[in-house]
Amino acid sequence: MAGVYFTTRHHGARAGETITAIGDHSLAPDFSLPDLTGHKLDLSSYRGKVVLLDFWATWCDPCREEISYFVELQNMYRDQGLQIIGVSMDDGPEPVREFYQHFKMNYPVVMGDARTGVLYGGVLGLPIAFLIGRDGRISSKHAGAMDISSLDREIKAQLQVQ
Amino acid sequence: MSLSIKFRRMLLIPISGTVATALASLAFGYQAGLIPASRLINPDEMVKILQSAKGEKPLMIQVGSHVLYTQAHIPGSEYIGPASSESGLQALRKRVESLPRNKFIVLYCGCCPWGHCPNVKPADDALRSLGFTNMKILYIAGNFGVDWVDKGYPVSKGD
Repeated sequence: MAGVYFTTRHHGARAGETITAIGDHSLAPDFSLPDLTGHKLDLSSYRGKVVLLDFWATWCDPCREEISYFVELQNMYRDQGLQIIGVSMDDGPEPVREFYQHFKMNYPVVMGDARTGVLYGGVLGLPIAFLIGRDGRISSKHAGAMDISSLDREIKAQLQVQ
Repeated sequence: MSLSIKFRRMLLIPISGTVATALASLAFGYQAGLIPASRLINPDEMVKILQSAKGEKPLMIQVGSHVLYTQAHIPGSEYIGPASSESGLQALRKRVESLPRNKFIVLYCGCCPWGHCPNVKPADDALRSLGFTNMKILYIAGNFGVDWVDKGYPVSKGD
């Protein structure tokens, strides 16, 4: 499967954040990864929803700061078709399970691997998130801590696309 | 209720003691920014050392995530585990315990922006407490992808 290629850079990102629009709206590479209970989650099964795919880790400070916002976004936009999926880059699921409970996370988290990182162009720094439209194509990549208000506008725009 | 109001309100939500302790440790105890500049080495300097035919080559240890290491790491460097965890620190101490205290060692991570990296500071502290005197921390400003791989510096993949 082809990897992801990035082109145009957006202005107005939070300090340290790079937002990259996907010029050819590449199809989000599919994956099947275990969630925190060991069940496989297939990205393709969420086709038709707007997906925020968040690569993170429990030891990553900026990642942790975003989780509460993501929980709120999931609550606010679930009925309109938003699905957030966390991809943990921790070395094992134990700290992720503990974190999941502490922060009352309300969206699925899977355990990432190097193959998935490579599929998404290399996840060599955290956090990195991809916003994926209902058609399964990547609309933007956010590297670094996100401007949540800007993300909120992007999500609303994607949710309006049927 | 608007999103911004909700988010502002969320900032006031109390967090559990365990998580608060963890966040406090990240904020005050483990910031890479506390490492003196004299112990840092920049990526371009590191590359010169690696490519030079002269001089002692350092033992390079990656103290971050295995998933990140498997995707890309400095050739010849060893994965030891995140030094923000006790298991990672134990593995680091075990790896170096038999080495002479003047051994040239370079630690690096690159998981996160420098000021947020939770791994290099505890690794630096651990080696100094063991008496190592000839060590450097690779200064990775943004992350390993941007500051090493994207610059075309040498990279290996896999375990």
